[in-house]
Amino acid sequence: MMGQGRLAAWGIGLAALVALPFVYRDPYHLHILVLILIWSFAYTSWSMMGRFGLVSLGHGGFMGIGAYVTALLWNHLGLSPWIGIPISMVAAGALALIVGYPCFRFRITGHYFVLVTLALSGIVLQVITATRDYTGGSLGYTPNRTSGNKLLALQFDDKTTWYLIALGIWLFGIVVWHWVDRSMARYALDAISEDEDAAAAAGVDVTAEKLKITLLSALMTALAGAIYCQYQMFITPDTVSGIAVSLQMVFAAIVGGLFVSLGPTVGAIITILLAETLRIGFGTKAVGWDNLVYGVLLVLFIIFLPKGILGSLLDRLKPQRKVPRAHEQEAVQIARPGT
Amino acid sequence: MQAFLDIFDIYLLEAVINGILLGGVLALLALGLNLIFGVIDVTWICYAELVMIGMYGMYFMVQYYGISYFVAAPLTILLVAVLGAALHYLVIAPLLTAPPINQLLATGGVLFVLQSFATVAFGIDFRNLGIRLPVLAFGEMNFSYARLLSFVAALVGMVAVYLFMTRTFTGTAIRAISQDRQIMALMGVDTRRIYLITSALGGALAGLAACLLVLQYDVHPFVGLSFGPITFLICVLGGLGNFIGGFIAAFVFAEIISLGGLFSDLEWGYVLAFAFFIVMMFIRPAGLLARRR
Repeated sequence: MMGQGRLAAWGIGLAALVALPFVYRDPYHLHILVLILIWSFAYTSWSMMGRFGLVSLGHGGFMGIGAYVTALLWNHLGLSPWIGIPISMVAAGALALIVGYPCFRFRITGHYFVLVTLALSGIVLQVITATRDYTGGSLGYTPNRTSGNKLLALQFDDKTTWYLIALGIWLFGIVVWHWVDRSMARYALDAISEDEDAAAAAGVDVTAEKLKITLLSALMTALAGAIYCQYQMFITPDTVSGIAVSLQMVFAAIVGGLFVSLGPTVGAIITILLAETLRIGFGTKAVGWDNLVYGVLLVLFIIFLPKGILGSLLDRLKPQRKVPRAHEQEAVQIARPGT
Repeated sequence: MQAFLDIFDIYLLEAVINGILLGGVLALLALGLNLIFGVIDVTWICYAELVMIGMYGMYFMVQYYGISYFVAAPLTILLVAVLGAALHYLVIAPLLTAPPINQLLATGGVLFVLQSFATVAFGIDFRNLGIRLPVLAFGEMNFSYARLLSFVAALVGMVAVYLFMTRTFTGTAIRAISQDRQIMALMGVDTRRIYLITSALGGALAGLAACLLVLQYDVHPFVGLSFGPITFLICVLGGLGNFIGGFIAAFVFAEIISLGGLFSDLEWGYVLAFAFFIVMMFIRPAGLLARRR
């Protein structure tokens, strides 16, 4: 699929990324890079669903489950994250199936689907806050520092190690994105996002296909949450779960561009750099100003650049390459509930 | 044992009645959201945040400027109504032809803006009105007067909206547009004006809800998150745009939250409500009152 030139470009780019922390060691910049890579992975996970018109605002919930289950198992049962992370992923996946199955089976699409998933992330936030005896509630939660094997506890003090882990995870996300992009499921899902009835008539198992992609997306998002927790060593319900996190994922993916593999990554770079610049620019005294500007910019983005930055750029660069399909001409098209 | 049962039943009854009272306010919120959705085909994710702004409005008017509650309430309703109209004019109107998801996300951006605006302007402290309404004792049950007042006011608000929708020309036009968006423009109805009025009306309902909620709950910038999700669930369960469905669903949910809160924490009531919602999706996927096709 990929041309020789593009493959070479990927290879060189990756080599440069791997080499970077050995040449450049500024801890703050490395920290920002790690954050960008981890969130890029989360945004990529979201976009794998989002590009097929399955706009989920429940991913904050999956991410919160990934982070909290891993941390809770570590602190209370002493279970290594190497076992805890798969368990947390299974938990998030199970929740995705429980919510996803009735939605897809009974054709809950469009606004309905968005609202159901939105409520899901709200509820996960409520549960984390409600179980404050275990999770510390809204004050946040810290996994215990290990005194033993760092590798077993997946805790490293070294930024370079984390950078390489995050890079690996991010690359994994991109590879999965391409794998989905080239699979038969992609065509099935494209067909479903165009017209569910027609796809079903053509022999596509609508419910199963949607469930598969939702499950994959939820599992990866939970992984992102767990990795974020292991890296930051401090999580609060607001930073890893809830509506704000879900919205942030959607925004970043839209800002970057939904239909290109690097779109969510570009979105993560832009949104995190923006948030970071605003945070530093306004300083610690003016809490909230950064988010205020951030929110205004996001609204402006959606009004004036709905296809995303990378998407618009690529369109301009190669307009003659292929005729865009109907659903790619708009950011995301979601089926309206039967009117 | 007998004594225990008696007390238990009293508590149960009290919870049931409190649930009904809570349902009034939830129904009001659901009505506003349903109105916007039914007419403009847009979902305001930031609806609960409008309520939050309204609650702050009440707090400042009553606490700082010493305006009486009953004067401040109409002012707050007006304020949030203007806010709703502004939201439509500034954010939704430019996106009316955009894909629905973009409209949804734009209001999500407004949610960010409103929350951080409240954080910047008012800080993250919990504030309350400082009005302590008496507790109504009825038999051995205690009801907060605030809840009773909220319930009655919410009902009055809903009846007023009903009368407006059925008895006035503008209301009729709003109902007509919700049935067919294209045709009404051809019939000479100024859809932009109707949209703006509907948004203001939706905002006014949020404002009324704010006036009532501020009596019972503390205000903080993230207060919207505690009843926003439940409002969305109510609207979906009742069928988006279905006013009566939303009304019934609001009471069902309020009962679940209230009874769940009786046996455990309030947050677990929410979780129970969500579980119930998932089950209901299997049974009646298109909403409580959907006609089977």
